Amino acid sequence: MDETATQGVFELSAAGQARLEGILARYPTRESALMPALWIIQDEKGHIPPAGIAWLAERLGVEPARVWEVVTFYTMYRSEPQAKWVLQVCHNISCHIMGAPDILRHLEERLGVPRGGRTPDGLFQLEGVECLGSCGSGPCLQIGKHMYENLTPEKVDALLDGLRGGQPPRADTDRELEA
Amino acid sequence: MPRDDCRILSARFGRRDGHKLAVYEADGGYRALRKALTSMTPVAVRDEVKAAGLRGRGGAGFPTGVKWGFVPAGASTVYFMVNADESEPGTFKDRWIMDYDPHAMIEGAILSSYAVGARLCFIYIRGEFGWLIDRVQKAVDEAYAAGYLGRGILGSAYELEMLVHKGAGAYICGEETGLINSVEGRKGQPSIKPPFPAVQGFLRQPTIVNNVETVAAVPYIVREGAATYRRHGTEKSPGTKLWSVSGPVRRPGVYELPLGLPFREFFTQDLGGMADGEELKAVIVGGSSVPVLTADEIMGVNLDYESLAEAGTMLGSGGMIVVPSRCDMVELIQVLMHFYWDESCGQCTPCREGTGWLHKIVKRLRTGAGAPSDVELLERVCDGMMGLTICPLADAAVMPMRSFLQKFRHEFVALAHRPEIAQPRSRWARQTNEVVR
Ligand SMILES: Cc1cc2nc3c(=O)[nH]c(=O)nc-3n(C[C@H](O)[C@H](O)[C@H](O)COP(=O)(O)O)c2cc1C
Ligand code: SF4
Ligand code: FES
Repeated sequence: MDETATQGVFELSAAGQARLEGILARYPTRESALMPALWIIQDEKGHIPPAGIAWLAERLGVEPARVWEVVTFYTMYRSEPQAKWVLQVCHNISCHIMGAPDILRHLEERLGVPRGGRTPDGLFQLEGVECLGSCGSGPCLQIGKHMYENLTPEKVDALLDGLRGGQPPRADTDRELEA
Repeated sequence: MPRDDCRILSARFGRRDGHKLAVYEADGGYRALRKALTSMTPVAVRDEVKAAGLRGRGGAGFPTGVKWGFVPAGASTVYFMVNADESEPGTFKDRWIMDYDPHAMIEGAILSSYAVGARLCFIYIRGEFGWLIDRVQKAVDEAYAAGYLGRGILGSAYELEMLVHKGAGAYICGEETGLINSVEGRKGQPSIKPPFPAVQGFLRQPTIVNNVETVAAVPYIVREGAATYRRHGTEKSPGTKLWSVSGPVRRPGVYELPLGLPFREFFTQDLGGMADGEELKAVIVGGSSVPVLTADEIMGVNLDYESLAEAGTMLGSGGMIVVPSRCDMVELIQVLMHFYWDESCGQCTPCREGTGWLHKIVKRLRTGAGAPSDVELLERVCDGMMGLTICPLADAAVMPMRSFLQKFRHEFVALAHRPEIAQPRSRWARQTNEVVR
């Protein structure tokens, strides 16, 4: 691995450290704690920086290449900083039948970027993703833990306007989840 | 929604606060666990599940009690894993269980762990289900606090730890050996079988992996007994099955049906037929990986393992994708081939290269760059993949591909011979390598 990539200081917050200790205490081997540990880093930093990989490899007693391999295998781990809002639109079969291509095209036009692109202001990132498990209420898109279902271009516009206006994302699904 | 005469898994769908422990207990929750821990040996639990004829609902349909029996007798360390990776396109039933009835899955997981002698149980949930992971984690915490997990469960000598493991976006982690490797902290690449996980799995110890829906049926079977469970379904396909229905039908969603119900009845009565202005063209009945049935074919089948096998398809995960006549089948198969290509873990050449070629050839047909020989070429690529790989993902791509080619051949041939009818590409088309333009 490129040596400069491992340089830099990495530290987790006290809360992150405590989470990691909890995981290490409960998982049967240190290696098996790798995925949850990566989630702790990503939850805190927004992505998994190279220095974090080196740091974690040392904590778990594995080669940095092993950690890299895992980070790059799974699509949800991100090794680069992300836009503020990552819009993940399902482009798989059920949503496709129900109009996902129109939603994606609409988003491309509204944001002025193609799939995989990011707006210059760093606010939005548009991704086509595989089935999100909302096939019966497609087309759908996900922002973090929030799922938006039965999308129409109007709903997409309202969502973008809300996010631009500083409104936090809120799930919009068929079934209201009580806490 | 679900039929009133057979509500085993869906009985609590839509129940207000049904995901909370107190409500679950008020509805009779954890009675099965109490019964098992006070009056049944692990072998008795396994035998009850075996007698019920419960078959795995993750796709393969293997008899659950039989699989549990493969754990070597006297094994000192055994692991149990609930497969909540639910990533098969068209499938969203496990989501409903975790959403409305997480404790049913947890109670089932404890009973299953007890039956196989596991002291550590993982619930592997796909990372995209972020809000469900929180929900299930909360339910697990409640179960610990109430003494259903941890040491000396309900005053017995049995102890069990339960960990909710968050996936990170990889369809292949739903394959059981991929799932096990993933929990070990590796890439989720499947391993060659044998050894089967029941003999040598997580950390080289016997490991049982079961689907959420399979596990969620266990409390009912233990509580009511195998004979009661068998009152539903058919002799060879006992019990009930959740079906997740997508596409332009009047009432899409998750339905619990007794196995063996005629599709026609389900379609007209429960789903309400097609939505306004839509006409039925085809149905992919068991998730995206099974052969497609034409409208004529599907109207004659019953919804159970044997009847669907006879019709040349599979029950799979029960993810029923309804295709309307306005859809172009070449376009739909491009979407699917993109998916399998994207999700191939890359370790077998026929799968890594084959899925890529299938996608590429279909794509060039659709963009007007195809040749008449491409239709046969697609078939030859399929021949070079089927049954030749470590895990069935390659087969899962081939089965829909071949059935589309066979049953909707004219649509492929038309594009191959008349490229001018192909889709125009959108203004972004050249910038990305995305699915369908
Ligand atoms: C590519 C692939 C993906 C799979 N995805 C899932 C899945 O998401 N959920 C699941 O329960 N089983 C999935 N399976 C099936 C599992 O390998 C395994 O058979 C199942 O979890 C066993 O549980 P069961 O016996 O209760 O069905 C998949 C299999 C393959 C080949
Ligand atoms: S068949 Fe495909 S997904 Fe399965 S192990 Fe081989 S390369 Fe990986
Ligand atoms: S196909 Fe879009 S969520 Fe399943």
